[in-house]
Amino acid sequence: MREVAIIGIGQTPVREHWPISLRHLALEASLNALHDANIERVDAVYVGNMMSGEITGQEHLGALLADSLGQTGAEALKVEAACASGSAAFRVGMMAVASGMNDLVLVTGVEKMTDTSGRETTAALAMAADAEYEVAQGVSFVSLNALLMRRYMYEYGWERKDFANFVVTAHSNGMNNPNAMFHMKVTPEQYARCATIADPVGLLDASPVCDGAAAVILAPAEYARTLSPAPIRVRGSGIATAPVAVHDRKDPLALEAARLSAKRAYDMAKVKPQDISFFELHDAFTIMSALSLEASGFAERGQGVRLALDGEITLQGRLPIATMGGLKSRGHPVGATGMYQIVETVLQLRGLAGKNQLPNARLGMVQNIGGSGATIITTILEAMS
Amino acid sequence: MAERWTMHPQRPVGIIGYGSYVPMYRLPNTEISRIWGSGDEGGPIKEKAVAGLDEDTITISIEAARNALSRAGIDPEDIRAVWVGSESHPYAVKPSSTVVAEAIGTSPFHLAADLEFACKAGTEALQAAIGLVGAGMAEYAMAIGADTAQGRPGDALEYTAACGGTAFIVGPAEEALAILRGSLSFVSDTPDFWRRAYQHYPSHGGRFTGEPAYFHHIQSAADALMGEMGLEAKDFTYAIFHQPNVKFPQRVGKRLGFTKEQLEPGLISNIIGNTYAGAAITGFSATLDIAKPGDRILMVSFGSGAGSDASVWEVTEALEERRHKAPLVADYIARRVEIDYGLYVRYRSKILVK
Amino acid sequence: MEGKVAHDWRLRGQRYRLEGEECPHCKAKIFPPRDICPECKRPAKEPYRLSGRGEVYTFSTLNSAPEGFENYTPYTVALVKLEEGPMITAQLTDVAPEDVRIGMPVEMVTRKLRAQGDEGTIIYGYKFRPTGLGHAH
Repeated sequence: MREVAIIGIGQTPVREHWPISLRHLALEASLNALHDANIERVDAVYVGNMMSGEITGQEHLGALLADSLGQTGAEALKVEAACASGSAAFRVGMMAVASGMNDLVLVTGVEKMTDTSGRETTAALAMAADAEYEVAQGVSFVSLNALLMRRYMYEYGWERKDFANFVVTAHSNGMNNPNAMFHMKVTPEQYARCATIADPVGLLDASPVCDGAAAVILAPAEYARTLSPAPIRVRGSGIATAPVAVHDRKDPLALEAARLSAKRAYDMAKVKPQDISFFELHDAFTIMSALSLEASGFAERGQGVRLALDGEITLQGRLPIATMGGLKSRGHPVGATGMYQIVETVLQLRGLAGKNQLPNARLGMVQNIGGSGATIITTILEAMS
Repeated sequence: MAERWTMHPQRPVGIIGYGSYVPMYRLPNTEISRIWGSGDEGGPIKEKAVAGLDEDTITISIEAARNALSRAGIDPEDIRAVWVGSESHPYAVKPSSTVVAEAIGTSPFHLAADLEFACKAGTEALQAAIGLVGAGMAEYAMAIGADTAQGRPGDALEYTAACGGTAFIVGPAEEALAILRGSLSFVSDTPDFWRRAYQHYPSHGGRFTGEPAYFHHIQSAADALMGEMGLEAKDFTYAIFHQPNVKFPQRVGKRLGFTKEQLEPGLISNIIGNTYAGAAITGFSATLDIAKPGDRILMVSFGSGAGSDASVWEVTEALEERRHKAPLVADYIARRVEIDYGLYVRYRSKILVK
Repeated sequence: MEGKVAHDWRLRGQRYRLEGEECPHCKAKIFPPRDICPECKRPAKEPYRLSGRGEVYTFSTLNSAPEGFENYTPYTVALVKLEEGPMITAQLTDVAPEDVRIGMPVEMVTRKLRAQGDEGTIIYGYKFRPTGLGHAH
């Protein structure tokens, strides 16, 4: 197996992009990545996307993007794993390069969420859950997270206010990310007062509906230095699954797929949690941040919230998270999110994260969660010195 | 008097299980008069039962049927008919009865149909079940009367139109908790109350619903049955009449010679309203909840259009063993959440959300 | 929506009667039916009807509903731990949101889940309500 490196990145701002279509979002991020890598053609295109069929009425995104890029004829596929679609496409791209089947690969995550009404988008998002046994009962995606959050608070004695710093930190970091959806500070008081969507989940526990695309160019690490001044090595990659329905999981608060995927990534990278400099986690909901920190080995069971309370997750803390705003503030264009996380991690490792640059960013970890935890992909990246 | 109109099954039959369901929401009459001005306030009707957003005639029937099954203690696969009488079947075309049968787990080898005869559709189903079991064509048959009745906003009917229902399992007399002693039906073409196709609310003939309709049919049926069976009011422990309000059943009872005490356990329209096809039979169910072995009970329904089914029952020892295998009508009545007119309008789909 | 009739019809045994499965090897009770035992991973297709009794494991009240459920807000969804072992996702009914507690005993009832518009079918299925109604055991 060949080592794989990232030699180019691209993204669009995360917005409600009323004038820009699905295909143009994907095109813009892809062209940015190609430009950044200073190449024109790739062997294959992998598109991470969840809802294009439901929202835009468009599937077959692989061929669509390859053609849009003027690369008709290239190998091209869409990869879908709910909100983990971005990292899933990245994983497929990595495998294509690692196996030697392809040399230069474009991976683009894209999601256009605003072309349908809020209700329709909510229904499309719910397709990440079990249609027959969760969604048919009137469960929304938000309420699945609410079910987990309530049980977590009950078992470990936390109150909703204890989650505030996940939100405060993400919004504070997002202030300095020009591509973030929100540039607004949130105070613990605002968090406490916000409207309830599905109790105990409030508006500020959740990430916004938005549009965006982000992309990377992958190449074999052995040639990466000849192609890029600052290549980033994929040190570890792990993907794991759990039952799609929360009720089918033996221990709903354990986020078993996160534990497994993180372990696989750590094993591949031959590192331990304490070696990780920063963690781009999947803070689609505050409860997911807590569960992800615990399952990935950064906190004991039930103590993920403690890291937020103690300020360990800020840019100055022991384990910075959501350094460019996370899903909360940068936004969560679902199928693109995994790719935004990777692009932002690359920015940190290249030393190009602007005001949010971490001083000693060496090993960055990304975790992208599909559904309420059924597909979880963990990626560990490192600057090639 | 020789028996001419009284019907008897070929073999003795009775009720082997019964069960009711009343939704938990209550709309006080003061709420209706608060919105619509003077009406029945201060009268004997205090409040009526209102179904929640996720309830309809089918769900009411299912819970009543499950309660009947709990009391009967039989295998649902042995039930050979499921008949649901209602004027508020959720579908215009597609049976309620098949949903109910599927939910309680009958064998597919059974008769299923929906009946409609205004407020006597439930007792019509009961008569049919008596016939099927009495003829020996079936060991057990289920008869249900249930409604989620609608009254036009502001109409006198709105004070009473309520939601609820009762199910019976008819079987051989030797297994019965109440044995049928005789029954008859009396019907005529009398348009006192109706609802045309595609109309949301029913219309009625005002005072015409009284003497020529309700009183004439109930008295004719009761007189004929009691007369032919050689029974007088004093021979009954209890009597239940259709109860569109409180006044009518009290008056018809008095005319037929019954005392207030005989009517009292089965007269519940003052606290749950008129449950239409569920009304007389839920009164009967409430009476069975307190009856003793040997008690003789008269039930006379009334359905607009118009007709009455009258039946005479005798309670057996089995009632006391089975009574507490399901919630009593009183348990459902005690489970009470008061709502205001705004919520009522929402629960009964009187506002269009889309 | 009318096109989805077969989809809902296929599930009626589960939705109306909580028809699950029992593993012939380890006797685990299974709901929803999945044909492979989640405990011992061996084939398990023996039909088994669950009692419908359980307790609330966790719950949430929705103020904003997904498409098709708009008419019912606010309503409460829960994970219910059935007494036979399986966990099930379902709505709670006949209970005010503020009265729901983790650990609260509940029982299955059959209610309207939703209607497919004004012209489509009405979908019925399991919901749960607090136990303790009357004298029923």
